[in-house]
Amino acid sequence: MELMELTALELGTAIKKGRVSVKEAAQAALDRIAAQSSALNAFITVTGERALDRADKLQAGVKDAESPLYGVPMALKDNICTRGVRTTCASKILGEFTPPYSAAVVDKLAGAGAISLGKLNMDEFAMGSTSETSCFGPVKNPWDPERVPGGSSGGAAAAVAAGLGWYAVGSDTGGSIRQPAAFCGVTGIKPTYGTVSRYGLIAYASSFDQIGPICRDAADCAAVLDALQGKDPRDGTSLEGQYGRLLDRLTGDVRGLKIGLPADCYGDGLDPEVRAAVLAAADTLKSRGAQVTELPFPVMEYVVPAYYIIAAAQASSNLSRFDGVKYGRRADEYGGLDDLYRKTRTQGFGPEVKRRILLGTFVLSAGYYDAYYIKALQARAVIKSGFDRAFEQCDLLLTPTAPAAPPRLGTSLDNPLQMYLGDVYTVSVNLAGLPGLSMPCGFDSQGLPIGAQLIGPHFGEEMLLNAAHAFQLDTDFHRQRPKDSICRDAQRVPARLETLDHRPGAQCAPQREGGGPA
Amino acid sequence: MTWETVIGLETHVELATRTKIFCSCTTEFGSPPNTHCCPVCTGMPGALPVLNRRVLEFAVKAGLALNCSITRHSGFDRKNYFYPDLPKAYQISQLYLPIARNGRVDVRTQAGDKTIRIHELHMEEDAGKLAHDPATGLTRVDCNRCGVPLIEIVTQPDFRTAEEVTAYLEALKETLQYLGVSDCKMQEGSLRCDVNLSVRPAGSGELGTRTEMKNLGSFRAVARAIKYEAARQIQLIEGGGRVVQETRRWDEDRNASLPMRVKENAQDYRYFPEPDIPPIRLSEEYLDALRAAQPELAQAKRARYQREYGLPEYDCRMITSHRALARFFEALVELGVPPKQGANWIMGEVLGALSQRAMEPGDMKLTPPTLARLIALVGEGRLNRNTAVKVFEAVFDRDGDVDAYVRAHGLEQVNDDALVREACAEVLAVNPRSAADYRSGKEKAFGFLVGQVMRELKGRANPQRVNAILKELLMQ
Amino acid sequence: MNITPELVERIADLSRLELGQEEVLETAAQLEQIAACMDILNRLDTRGIQPMSHVFPVENVLREDTVLPSQDRAELLACAPASDGETFLVPRAVE
Repeated sequence: MELMELTALELGTAIKKGRVSVKEAAQAALDRIAAQSSALNAFITVTGERALDRADKLQAGVKDAESPLYGVPMALKDNICTRGVRTTCASKILGEFTPPYSAAVVDKLAGAGAISLGKLNMDEFAMGSTSETSCFGPVKNPWDPERVPGGSSGGAAAAVAAGLGWYAVGSDTGGSIRQPAAFCGVTGIKPTYGTVSRYGLIAYASSFDQIGPICRDAADCAAVLDALQGKDPRDGTSLEGQYGRLLDRLTGDVRGLKIGLPADCYGDGLDPEVRAAVLAAADTLKSRGAQVTELPFPVMEYVVPAYYIIAAAQASSNLSRFDGVKYGRRADEYGGLDDLYRKTRTQGFGPEVKRRILLGTFVLSAGYYDAYYIKALQARAVIKSGFDRAFEQCDLLLTPTAPAAPPRLGTSLDNPLQMYLGDVYTVSVNLAGLPGLSMPCGFDSQGLPIGAQLIGPHFGEEMLLNAAHAFQLDTDFHRQRPKDSICRDAQRVPARLETLDHRPGAQCAPQREGGGPA
Repeated sequence: MTWETVIGLETHVELATRTKIFCSCTTEFGSPPNTHCCPVCTGMPGALPVLNRRVLEFAVKAGLALNCSITRHSGFDRKNYFYPDLPKAYQISQLYLPIARNGRVDVRTQAGDKTIRIHELHMEEDAGKLAHDPATGLTRVDCNRCGVPLIEIVTQPDFRTAEEVTAYLEALKETLQYLGVSDCKMQEGSLRCDVNLSVRPAGSGELGTRTEMKNLGSFRAVARAIKYEAARQIQLIEGGGRVVQETRRWDEDRNASLPMRVKENAQDYRYFPEPDIPPIRLSEEYLDALRAAQPELAQAKRARYQREYGLPEYDCRMITSHRALARFFEALVELGVPPKQGANWIMGEVLGALSQRAMEPGDMKLTPPTLARLIALVGEGRLNRNTAVKVFEAVFDRDGDVDAYVRAHGLEQVNDDALVREACAEVLAVNPRSAADYRSGKEKAFGFLVGQVMRELKGRANPQRVNAILKELLMQ
Repeated sequence: MNITPELVERIADLSRLELGQEEVLETAAQLEQIAACMDILNRLDTRGIQPMSHVFPVENVLREDTVLPSQDRAELLACAPASDGETFLVPRAVE
């Protein structure tokens, strides 16, 4: 049995039945990480010793385990705080920050018997759509190492695609789970805002941030989401709900399900190959009994501006705490207090983060607040009611996840506006707080994966996962894996591209075996 | 030219909750630095605020007591600025929808009664404490106070004199203490106020340029600072100068206000609604319940004491000067102590003992049943008042069983006439001169003889009986 | 929307970020481009529309006023770039 071929649920079953030990699984993943990860640059910190120690402890409890994910090795995006393991947000400014607390989801996952293999690379502070803004260097796409894996959870999507662990937990502020999932040929879901605690997730845009799983298929996503969701008294935006039954309700029955195709998502700027693949997915669902209808969705042109105004504004405030006083890195040389702030922040943040801080400060500053921030909040209300109207006509929406195939490394950051516009299909979902899922729906002529996005109403996770599961019962796109040789080839692609070398001699060093202090 | 001073007040009051406004750390005062801190109040990455139920309740109670209209749909905003006492680099406050607005406070000064309008009352978090360390030249940051809940009460520019300001602060303090929402200890910084002051020619309808004064550590400092600043501005204008809008720091030692060094470019706090805290919507039921639970405030108590107990206004004012005293008084009355006697003991012994020890009434160990028992023993003639005062002193600091104390120290009043008569006879025998002096009309001598008898009986004698028997013997 | 170098300098100052002369010009050009895209929102008639700060009608999320243990001070200060074991240290910030 090739362990890495299994889904998380299949591995969980094998562990439960005693066919595989927890340690064997963890060791297999660690071996692959050792062989492949440096090429893909998917991990920032690998916590091998911790993982093996935990494997021993978990093995003892296998018989009594209730979680279907018990003993299954996974990894966390490095913006999720882990007590005793450094958490970097892929930023120089956090330095060797080792939180004295864990995120709520880390405790939940521990309760479900998860084993963490380490912390995954990402765009700095989750700001980016390519995973190139990391101070640890860019992540590479396992399907084509000359291309980006998407972002900001690029490390998470690349790791799952390349079999470096059975699932990953990322975060999605404007598409950061769905878009890399699409680019790497895996399945990822951004849950309804408020259903997964944000406590311990280093904030980018508080109104949009949401933690979610990236997995090999929809069933795994359901299982992980069951472990992640729940009301948390430490997160004031967390919602009451009926959680923990997504996996049980996964039937694959989509008869009578009304799927809407928002006409405005299939217009100009969409790659024809992507359009064809997504429409083919609609046909597949139709063949299983779903009803597919086109409907107008006339708010698309507003989503990117509204999203970037609100996200940048909140980011400028959320990132002000990185000032070199309480934690993280402080500039080596500075004059007085104000100079300490300026030098620390100027040296600690990368260009894309600075750009968004400046943009956010601008839209909140005196004289511009009403014209930009308030206007964007009003646009958000309009976009939300656009969705409300759409969901009066159908149960789910089907759109592309990204307008085109993953771009080549080093071609995106010079034109930030172009990069922002590439988020057009995903950001609307965050603006409205809705659940959104990306699933593999084909490959383009260059062999690169294409993702289709399903959008549901609030608390529509069950419908989303069920539709994706139905699709995956009839297709095998989600079972395709990149060839290991491609991953190894990745080593030949220079990890540090010239365009990224904006801080000479200032690259952060990825951490191997052992991780942070035990 | 005659000048008019125009003053508005911003008062920050720490709320007497057990925990901080957005996290479960204790608000206890005076602990070692950074021992009451957690990821939330030190602004660690990923930590999130959750509002303390009691903060909301206290803020609404204060708003109601200050006759404000309570905002049914309110919310929090972020005020962004960099400073080491502000770990998140933003303060969670209320700008757009403060919890209460448009209130008023009636104050009484020598010049008469006046209404001060409250512009708004909002909730916010306190900042940490900075201390300069001369040894290292560095500033030490203590985050214990970060996140302690505050309400800020902003008045309209309705004050014209320092007396009005002091009267307002007294009234505010009294009200908030009665509500139990704050202990208002200025020396511990749980009540702090900033003074916005400008001057204008008397009769002018326009406001002059104002300055804001901070670091006012006592009501006395507030009054002094107002007088100083008004004089400074008048002098400046009369000398052909111009008042600059600025923040000034009151220096109590120098008795002067000095400009604070702040950056020239105007502050831009970039307020926006706090996305981490959902809005607050208050139902009529919630407000009705709080209204019904509002305690009787000082003014109402004063009126009632006069009406129900026939106490003089002076007594009422003294007893209601602090909620703990009023409670104590009411408990005494409840225990059957005649109101005037209770009032006398509180105004005399209790206030005396407190001021001797520089103690707040709320911190008193003595309980009403103990004092009530003491007063009863005097009433029953089992203790004379002087001895009772000694017993009071003995039990004041730790409370205790008055009867046991009296028994243990043999202090019970000697009401046995035979014993008193014996002591009197003895004293007269030993002091024939004094006896003779009295008989020859020297009243003073009588006092001396009484004193001697009391001494003989270790102060326990019933003074009325001593007087009567001594007189009787001297007449013989 | 015209983004001048002066405006960029002001927002950089508020953000506590230092920009070189070239960076100021570059940022001004980029922000102007981004602001132009954002101005698309002006096409939207938002009269009478309530700004949506919170997407869900969740209200009154409150905690009980019950004390829980604070973080261990040594753990807290271990994260700090400069501390004396009791406090965080910064350059002189008090008058």
